[in-house]
Amino acid sequence: MKQFDPDDNSASIISVTDKVRTVAIGMPVIAVHFLGDQAAFVGAEEHVALVNGAGEISKVTVHGGGILCVASDGARIVMGGDDGKLVALDKKGEAALLATDPKRRWIDNVALHPDGAVAWSAGKTAVVHSGKAEEKSFEVPSTVGGLAFAPKGLRLAIAHYNGVTLWFPNMAANAEILEWAGSHLGVVFSPDNKFLVTAMHEPALHGWRLADHRHMRMTGYPGRVRSMSWSAGGKALATSGADSVIMWPFASKDGPMGKEPAMFAPLQARVSMVACHPKQDILAVGYSDGTILMVRMSDGAEILVRRNGTAPVTALAWNAKGTLLAFAAEDGDAGLLEL
Amino acid sequence: MPELTSQKIPVTVLTGYLGAGKTTLLNRILSENHGKKYAVIVNEFGEIGIDNDLIIGADEEVFEMNNGCVCCTVRGDLVRILEGLMKRKGKFDAIIVETTGLADPAPVAQTFFVDEDVQKNARLDAVVTVADAKWLSDRLKDAPEAKNQIAFADVIVLNKTDLVSKPELAEVEARIRAINPYAKLHRTERCQVALSDVLERGAFDLDRILEIEPEFLEVGDDHDHHDHDHGHHHGHDHDHGHSHGGLKHYHDEDMQSLSLRTSKPLDATKFMPWLQSLVAAEGAKILRSKGILSFSDDDDRYVFQGVHMMLEGDHQRKWKDGEQRESRLVFIGRELPEQLIRDGFESCLTT
Repeated sequence: MKQFDPDDNSASIISVTDKVRTVAIGMPVIAVHFLGDQAAFVGAEEHVALVNGAGEISKVTVHGGGILCVASDGARIVMGGDDGKLVALDKKGEAALLATDPKRRWIDNVALHPDGAVAWSAGKTAVVHSGKAEEKSFEVPSTVGGLAFAPKGLRLAIAHYNGVTLWFPNMAANAEILEWAGSHLGVVFSPDNKFLVTAMHEPALHGWRLADHRHMRMTGYPGRVRSMSWSAGGKALATSGADSVIMWPFASKDGPMGKEPAMFAPLQARVSMVACHPKQDILAVGYSDGTILMVRMSDGAEILVRRNGTAPVTALAWNAKGTLLAFAAEDGDAGLLEL
Repeated sequence: MPELTSQKIPVTVLTGYLGAGKTTLLNRILSENHGKKYAVIVNEFGEIGIDNDLIIGADEEVFEMNNGCVCCTVRGDLVRILEGLMKRKGKFDAIIVETTGLADPAPVAQTFFVDEDVQKNARLDAVVTVADAKWLSDRLKDAPEAKNQIAFADVIVLNKTDLVSKPELAEVEARIRAINPYAKLHRTERCQVALSDVLERGAFDLDRILEIEPEFLEVGDDHDHHDHDHGHHHGHDHDHGHSHGGLKHYHDEDMQSLSLRTSKPLDATKFMPWLQSLVAAEGAKILRSKGILSFSDDDDRYVFQGVHMMLEGDHQRKWKDGEQRESRLVFIGRELPEQLIRDGFESCLTT
């Protein structure tokens, strides 16, 4: 990355704002993912806006109401809506209906497995569909707060009140339960499959070492953690929720136990989105005031991508190669940066 | 819930014991021609005979915040549903949350006090309780949930008044007033109440905690207004009714209200710690609290309100010229430690 060359003598921050191609999506945006070289901006309602390298926008209708959850594996984006539908969008911009909740309940969560399996939830029920096999469902004691597939094997983490259930849809064995009081919302596995981390309703993360279920409490946030991203190789977990990026170390076998997190890029605003570069130790950070920075993890050096003064940043993503960064604010003001 | 109140979506909580008429009221709100669109969070799909894609089923899931404090229970499903609904901002004007007949309204209200994201987008407007004129007196005896719902209410719709005699109606009203003299009470048949009397009440708006006078002599069709101090509706130590300005007075054995009033200024450095420690220690008993306060060396009125252990307060505005600077507090709760509260309040007067 040639651009990443902060000049120590310079009083002001290095800026690449003039290299950003701005895009007006024209609707509130809740997420962005790359489908090949196209950036797919997912709206809060009904539509996805596909933006190609030339900045041309084409809108696809995917839902008949609010879009509640989004997941992508790079080949497709799968979304759940308040119309009770689970819809996939592929690289050609074609939408396909994957499932409909029989009671038209909201589809609250969705997760994708690298081998093509998809999981979703409505109320207390999580459903997995893999390959040509039949759908299998599993009911947890309270409404599902988050879903994540383990990186290896067909194993689904289902976050709910007072813990996480680990379910093996293809095995007869009983589901495992990891308990911790409170409401668990987002859930992620570490890329090495050794740790599980949840974002709680309270401003805190909770983690378990999967080998021995040892607890890891990660607290001290002023606000709820809504965005989590693993650094390249899974050495650290970057999180939103504070006025700087909080990065928990996961490189050692004990994970963050007994360690302080690293803190980067403090501003007079709350971090709303984090997205680690897929290959290098760099991350993009979006703030509640619209600012976007790129931060180098080794020394905390910052580069300005977008100035403040707008709606909160709600979407941030790198393409798989790490050559393109896409972002959007809540009001649909978006951009693409080529590195 | 300070600033920008007007941009936040108002949320009305609709409670009431089984069969009181909640669904009737809900159907009226949804079908009447008022030009507004409501999103409705219900527990039983199908009871509402109106096609509306903004009717959402909920499971009334409560969880305890801060690892197990009973007074910090919130409705996690509401947090999730409100967040989802906010994606459709602009498609509706207000939200109504219907609770089941057996629900405690406190977790719903507390959700609005503790959740940052909920507070950012929505505001609690009022707790509206529908009560059955024929059966409420019985339910107050055998169903603690029914009593909770009356105690918690900002607005009470006393329904099915056509099914009871005048003395029976007076009786049930007196029983309601023994628990909650502050709620607005409307007598109805088939929930025929003006919607403006149940919606957009601003009951949790700090700026509108103006009228914390008891209401019980102001309702009724044959009342005569007595110049009478209503500050002591707690403390009737008899359980038979007695005639009082045309209305019977009851003392409810376990749910009461307590009002305090003084024209002497309060010492803010004593009052605030006292109030906080009071709700911390006795919050399980105190369902609702409200107050308008006059502090010494402070030209602003201070207003606060609370639900169990949660409090919020703010300087509201300057005391007006000629306005009597006095402090008024009310508590509604179960087995309120009256003497402890009165003594504590006394000790906060500026000396």
